[in-house]
Amino acid sequence: MILQKKDILGIKDLPVEEITIILDTAESFVEVSSREIKKVPTLRGKTIINLFYEASTRTRTSFEIAGKRLSADTINISASTSSVVKGETLIDTAKNLEAMNPDVIVIRHSASGAPHMLARMVRQSVINAGDGANEHPTQALLDLMTIRSKKGTIAGLKVAIVGDIAHSRVARSNIYGLQKMGAQVTVAGPATMMPRDIEGLGVEVRTSLEEAVSGVDVIMMLRIQTERQQQNFFPSLREYAQHYCLSRRHLDLAGPDVLVMHPGPINRGVEIAPEIADGPSSVILEQVTNGVAVRMALLYLLTGGKQ
Amino acid sequence: MKKKKVVINAEGIDRSLTRIAYEILEKNKGIEDLVLIGIRTGGIYLAQRLQIKIEQIEKAKVPMGIVDITLYRDDLLTSNRKPRLGKTDIPFSLDGRKIVLVDDVLFTGRTIRAAMDALIDFGRPKLIQLAVLIDRGHRELPIRADFVGKNLPSSLWEDVSVHLTEKNGVDEVVIEPGQE
Repeated sequence: MILQKKDILGIKDLPVEEITIILDTAESFVEVSSREIKKVPTLRGKTIINLFYEASTRTRTSFEIAGKRLSADTINISASTSSVVKGETLIDTAKNLEAMNPDVIVIRHSASGAPHMLARMVRQSVINAGDGANEHPTQALLDLMTIRSKKGTIAGLKVAIVGDIAHSRVARSNIYGLQKMGAQVTVAGPATMMPRDIEGLGVEVRTSLEEAVSGVDVIMMLRIQTERQQQNFFPSLREYAQHYCLSRRHLDLAGPDVLVMHPGPINRGVEIAPEIADGPSSVILEQVTNGVAVRMALLYLLTGGKQ
Repeated sequence: MKKKKVVINAEGIDRSLTRIAYEILEKNKGIEDLVLIGIRTGGIYLAQRLQIKIEQIEKAKVPMGIVDITLYRDDLLTSNRKPRLGKTDIPFSLDGRKIVLVDDVLFTGRTIRAAMDALIDFGRPKLIQLAVLIDRGHRELPIRADFVGKNLPSSLWEDVSVHLTEKNGVDEVVIEPGQE
């Protein structure tokens, strides 16, 4: 039982068997976080660098906690407080980090493909914590884990992904992951937020939220990236909310035990009504809990063993 | 090539477990504060059987838990193989408890060392005792069992396996030449 590649760069190139190994391993790690002493000695002496070129609370904290619960040393570097502001390139930063001999480098970058370049340059394992609008594999893995633990299986489920599909790495990774695991995916959002090649991904496309969520088992809402508001993908947040804010009446259209998911941070009242985000169908906080377990699983599976 | 030899049959395993159940009760003077912890995977079924036997004798159930030792192994960073991680399930406090750790085969003692380290992370037990169905020798750590089904002197080049109906469809202990 071992992963084929040294890196986790995307769900697109991850075989189904490896996804299953990761999810199974993650499920066993959930228990560690519920102990009074939330630490196991497994990765003693290993060093993990979290290299974040973009803002993040959840993902960075989650990786840091995952590393620490496995007894690894975790170091956080965020672009705003590093030599990046002095003009150092990613390549030079990578070479310098490699010279300090860490075991895993976790990277988030606004440019699609940055983790892939890093992975080619360094001998250490690289985990993609989000690259541009390309992929966010650990988010998709924790989403798959949450769905599987709630529904028992992923195969045969109907899943709606709603919001800014075009700019969402969460959506892309989840589309790949859900399809590999046998789910049927429908996407919905304003036409301006739909990627041109969306049909090529084999998903159904809807423009209305009502149609998209009818009869589904899982609804995944995406965050409206308000930082893109000035690019005029929609007239106003208020108008977006009128058409795409998930509320009570939508849940009534969905399947009886529908799960409501959101990768966070949530914009209450924009893409999701507060009573839905906090309601009984919501598994948003379980996603966060499972995120730590998934990242522990990846760190465990990628480290150790001399080649 | 030598082929596999059955050294203990189903009746033999059952008798050993019955005796171990009585010995556990005798040594601990009953079941007060007693808990059974099976080491995944071979020890789980044996711990379950001991739980049933103790219940038949004492008319009361002792709590049972499962420990997975993978995260505490001492060869994780040297071996290239990643063992499959299983769930640890100890749904009760271990503080002040008398723990009987249960495994199928006692060999180098490294598994038991890992299991004890894992248990200590769950609390401060009053004591830990060890029950095994087979002690095959070749210890690499200063560890011994409190309750032994059968001492089975073996060569290092042999494999000793405990087959149980729950997992293998048959109850037997076999000894066979190793893989290499």
